Amino acid sequence: MWKLFQSIIIILKIFAKTSFSSEVEYRLNAFVELISVIGNLLGSIFILSLFYSSGSTLGGWEWNSSIVVLGIYIFLEGFIISLLQPSLTSLVKHVQNGTLDFILLKPMDTQFYLSSRSISPWGLPSIIGGFSLIIWGISLGSYNPTLIDLMMFLSTIVSSFIILYSLWFIIATTSIWFVKVWNATEVLRATLVAGRYPVSAYPSILRFLFTVILPITFLTTVPAQSVLGMSSISMTLSSLFLASIFFSISRIFWSFALRFYTSASS
Amino acid sequence: MISIDVKGLSKNYQIAEKEPGLRGSLKYLFLRTSREVKAVQGINFSINEGEMVGFIGPNGAGKTTTLKMLCGLIHPSSGLISVAGYKPQRRSPKFLRKITLVMGQKQQLIWDLPPIESLLVNAAIYGISESETKRRIKNLGEMLELDDELYRPVRKLSLGQRMKAELLASLLHLPSVLFLDEPTLGLDVNSQIRVRDFLLEYNRKYGATIFLTSHYMADITSLCERVLVLHKGNLFHDGSMASLTEKLTPYRSVKIEFSNLYPLSEFRKYGSIHESNDHYVHLLIPRERVIPNISEILEKYSVTDLEIKDPPIENLISRLFLKDSKK
Ligand SMILES: Nc1ncnc2c1ncn2[C@@H]1O[C@H](COP(=O)(O)OP(=O)(O)OP(=O)(O)O)[C@@H](O)[C@H]1O
Ligand SMILES: [Mg+2]
Repeated sequence: MWKLFQSIIIILKIFAKTSFSSEVEYRLNAFVELISVIGNLLGSIFILSLFYSSGSTLGGWEWNSSIVVLGIYIFLEGFIISLLQPSLTSLVKHVQNGTLDFILLKPMDTQFYLSSRSISPWGLPSIIGGFSLIIWGISLGSYNPTLIDLMMFLSTIVSSFIILYSLWFIIATTSIWFVKVWNATEVLRATLVAGRYPVSAYPSILRFLFTVILPITFLTTVPAQSVLGMSSISMTLSSLFLASIFFSISRIFWSFALRFYTSASS
Repeated sequence: MISIDVKGLSKNYQIAEKEPGLRGSLKYLFLRTSREVKAVQGINFSINEGEMVGFIGPNGAGKTTTLKMLCGLIHPSSGLISVAGYKPQRRSPKFLRKITLVMGQKQQLIWDLPPIESLLVNAAIYGISESETKRRIKNLGEMLELDDELYRPVRKLSLGQRMKAELLASLLHLPSVLFLDEPTLGLDVNSQIRVRDFLLEYNRKYGATIFLTSHYMADITSLCERVLVLHKGNLFHDGSMASLTEKLTPYRSVKIEFSNLYPLSEFRKYGSIHESNDHYVHLLIPRERVIPNISEILEKYSVTDLEIKDPPIENLISRLFLKDSKK
């Protein structure tokens, strides 16, 4: 077990190194991404402040609580940009180019390999920005989170991340069937954007998708509630439970999908 | 010891016919109209440990499909496979450590980075220690004549250098069964020879089983004593190169040079005349007549030089497949 853990750490280290060095070769691209992240962050706060400028509340949420929700959203988004987006878009590319063959022939868990293979530093501004927003939102309010609140926050935000990861991985997995039917990369982008705008802005099919199938709001509000003293142990446990369900589904779905893999004809 | 054993192996691909647009996609989801392609149709063969076997056939014969099933990448539609004692489609880590797949048309090296980085990733995945990795890179690198190419980004390497680095990356874990799908694709003659020599040396050194496809006959003839010929998903031949030629042509080519001039018509009875000039005739003689006819010629005429050969295998095979596709 210890040996397995050790080799996983070595592999992650090398993956981190190799993905950073390939990323740095495109500096201009990197600069553009950084600017867009900062723009996004400021833009979101501005839009949120417009909601509150008339003195109304958003679905019963105070201004400071909404800042926390937004902070969590941006924080999660940073993790997605750094950890999920590079790996899962490369999964889709591997399927399209037929180079998934090489990965399937490696003597290791392919889901782990595909999910950790590439990381990108460009989510870091969002992670830092989101984190600052969370702190700021808490300090604006009158409630001081206890140690238990913080632990619940940590577990729920990890759950949210795992749920997001699993959803993304499931969507990316469908590229095994639909490699030529739809561009899964675009679908992945779309789910990321979904949480940013009010759900009613979407056509009815997508609205159904975003509220029922992809629990975007659940992902941000539950951690926010725990840090604002509005949550409970049972809430935390159920979010952990939900996360483990989603994660198991993503694994089962992956091995199921591989039975149908025909490997792009070269 | 048997290394690869295949019984009644078949693979059918379902090819979905999708209409364009969202509606087409939805229709595709629920009611697929599909066509079946029978890529491999019930083939049987077995290969011993340490054997080098060539796998040839025209485009679309099902060679790549067969190799992918042998590696466990795709599931067979029916039939049994055993490779190194394992069932490939389970893709157990123990099995994967024993095999490798090299494909001329696809590459595993990371395009923007020097090959050495990809090698280190593989070393970590296979759990090869740092010192051992260094030693293997040095050894295999020497065998492949690779050196500072390993430290230049892959995209700046020539096709030949890239292929050699690709081989190194695929063999770092010293597999004992090698599946090679057109490993010399697009290489010039020198690089082809280098790759061939390397494979031979690897086979000698590690006693590895090598199963190789190529459209360059020279790869097969210089490496493999045994050859499998696949045609439209069926095994057309399994045996030596010589027996394949025998099967393909009832003639042998005989070139004779004479010191005197003889009328050409005298040679008609020995075989069909392929080519001739003043002191030279090139005959195609039925196999069973070769010995008697030549002894008669040697008796009757003053012969200065004689060459008996099988016609070039490329011509024979392409003729066979051409004939078949016309049917
Ligand atoms: N992923 C796939 N999906 C559907 N059909 C496929 C797929 N891969 C191969 N085929 C079909 O199966 C048949 C055999 O293909 P295969 O790639 O095995 O041939 P091959 O012998 O390797 O040919 P080549 O010499 O051109 O590489 C072909 O008719 C091909 O179109
Ligand atoms: Mg092929």
